[in-house]
Amino acid sequence: MDSAPATMKLESSWVQDKLFLGMTWNDYLRSQFTKFNAVVAIILLVGIPVIIYRLVFGLGPSTNLSDNNPWGIWIGFDMLCGVALAAGGFVIGTAVHIFGMKEYSFLFRPAVLTGFLGYLFAIIALTFDLGRYYRLPYPMFVSWGVTSVLFLVAWHVALYLSCQFVEWCPAIFEWLNMKKARKIFIKATLGATIFGVCLSMLHQSALGSIFLLMPEKLHPLWYSDYIPLFFFMSAVVGGIAMTIMESSLSHRIFSKQIKNHDPEHLDRVTLGLGKAASVTLFAYFFMKVIGLAHGNTWAYLDSSYGYLYLVEVLGFVLAPALIFMYAVQNNLVNWVRNCAIFTVLGIIFNRLNHSIIAFNWHLPLDERYYPHWMEVVLSVTVITIGILTFQWIMNRMPILYEHPDYEPENH
Amino acid sequence: MDTSRRDFIRVLTGLGVTASLGGVGAARADSGLLPGYPNQFGVLVDTTVCIGCRRCEWACKEWNKLPNQKTLREYERDQSVFQKIRRTHDDTYTVVNRFENPRDASKPIYVKKQCMHCYEPGCASSCFVKAFTKRPIGPVTYDASLCVGCRYCMAACPFDIPAYQYYNPWTPEVTKCTFCFDRISLEGQIPACVSICPVETMTFGKRTELIDLARKKIRDNPGRYVNHVYGENEVGGTSWLYLSAVPFEKIGFRTDLGNVPIPTMSKPFLSLVSPVFIVVPALAMGFYSFKKRRDQIEKDELKKALEKKEAK
Repeated sequence: MDSAPATMKLESSWVQDKLFLGMTWNDYLRSQFTKFNAVVAIILLVGIPVIIYRLVFGLGPSTNLSDNNPWGIWIGFDMLCGVALAAGGFVIGTAVHIFGMKEYSFLFRPAVLTGFLGYLFAIIALTFDLGRYYRLPYPMFVSWGVTSVLFLVAWHVALYLSCQFVEWCPAIFEWLNMKKARKIFIKATLGATIFGVCLSMLHQSALGSIFLLMPEKLHPLWYSDYIPLFFFMSAVVGGIAMTIMESSLSHRIFSKQIKNHDPEHLDRVTLGLGKAASVTLFAYFFMKVIGLAHGNTWAYLDSSYGYLYLVEVLGFVLAPALIFMYAVQNNLVNWVRNCAIFTVLGIIFNRLNHSIIAFNWHLPLDERYYPHWMEVVLSVTVITIGILTFQWIMNRMPILYEHPDYEPENH
Repeated sequence: MDTSRRDFIRVLTGLGVTASLGGVGAARADSGLLPGYPNQFGVLVDTTVCIGCRRCEWACKEWNKLPNQKTLREYERDQSVFQKIRRTHDDTYTVVNRFENPRDASKPIYVKKQCMHCYEPGCASSCFVKAFTKRPIGPVTYDASLCVGCRYCMAACPFDIPAYQYYNPWTPEVTKCTFCFDRISLEGQIPACVSICPVETMTFGKRTELIDLARKKIRDNPGRYVNHVYGENEVGGTSWLYLSAVPFEKIGFRTDLGNVPIPTMSKPFLSLVSPVFIVVPALAMGFYSFKKRRDQIEKDELKKALEKKEAK
């Protein structure tokens, strides 16, 4: 969507300028009738009543959760996958602000925004899963269960959300034209990034460590002393893959925003990310093999769960590592992009294996969990609202492009 | 966990103070190796005695005022429930299950199931608001006024005991056996299920004495029991103990749990938290300074080169 002509800007009020993209109310409303928004409207029409139904009637009627299966897709997909795939902000932040890889710096803002919203909506989805969601701040302010890995997750996710907000603030203040506030937050970026790295390392691995308490429920092929490391490494992969996906999509969808768009630069950077993904995937694959040796669980490979494990590790870890390598060596940018999608699916598969598919594997089939349709609808609705928020911000704030009135950030 | 004594020792160990105290060398051992509260109560369940009358189920519901209560006669008569292996739910803190007896098909084995009240409970260590407490006299109790409803305790319990009030939309609680904490806190009182049992399947007492009793029973009745007291060492030891005539996996017990307490599993990870906050920022600042200096040198050299050119 274009910004309004300059003549009109002078007359328009702040609300029109900042919220309605410089259009009048009627024009703005008319511009919202798109095919994309029609799909969104249908999802929300079904989804919002489902959310209300969950809140009013409780978990029993709206989910397939049971005493044997206390966690479903709201934890396994929304929380575990959401947080792992939102690691882009921390990965790109480390590369740009700590290692000083300047050619990736234009990816920093979109990655931080994706990360921030990813975490925010993972938490929103989580609240629907909590029996007493109105007590969400209890681990912070009421009672500290310091022996719990979940306590660490709760604190770190909350702190990390604040870190990412700090990193995102310069864009907000550029949008609102508040120069002094922007300067303060630019200065805070390095500190927030370093703090964010510590928090990310710990809570990404902590999400895996949750399962350390369940050696008798999680299949031995997935249960490992190395779970924390596996979750951290795969989150780095997820962050890189999501950045590749997100940057190629946004540069297509919001291409009008970028005046001096240089597709070659984006391609070069995408290849660089593909290389990083390949290296990390190889390291992750070898760690997985070491995990098998360490747990001495080779014998399980020749079973139905073993084949599933092999599909995950060979199909979704080793194969993308090789494809990324081949694509980078031969400058096949589109291969890198498609392989990123494949890798993201692999991460989702991995998280669902831990939380649902290989979880409670000892129970007979009729006592196992599969999601209720309302659980699926609620997840889709929360993601849709997340995408809407992303789009709303992208259309208003200088995320993809540098604001013409400001010099690039330096610390 | 209400482990002020252990926390004290843990803090001392953490500060490295114990070494200087001399004499208390034993306290330097990891808290996981401590034998648990010395005076805790326990119950020894002799599954070779139980007749499956289900009176304990009735008494439990009666004492804890649980929903869906029926008359005692109905409990005794209704044999149909034995067709399925049952577990605890939000309206049932304890169930009796029936298993085929591989030794004598005409004498099925009845096994009561309830919270085992672990020495080092997985539920307590998993709870991020500390809603569970291991009481010095044995019971693991739950405080609903803190519970957020994440249900991690249910996932972390190796015995699949905690249940949830899924159909309570506003104030759902986790439910589980309380070991009749309110009763046994009083002198001379015993749990409701133990007191109603007509055949003395269960013996309530000091856990250390119950271990002795169990060993004595095994010794004095050759061939009657397998030589194992379930709960003596499982997941670090539990307050409730079981004797059986057949291998425990044949009567619904998991024998693959090991003897390591569940909380121990996540300890190595949790011990990494503070080091990460010290080491990672130091490394990151190191990298950053290195990069900054490299950039500065590059800039200076460029400047010098340009000045040289101009001077020419």
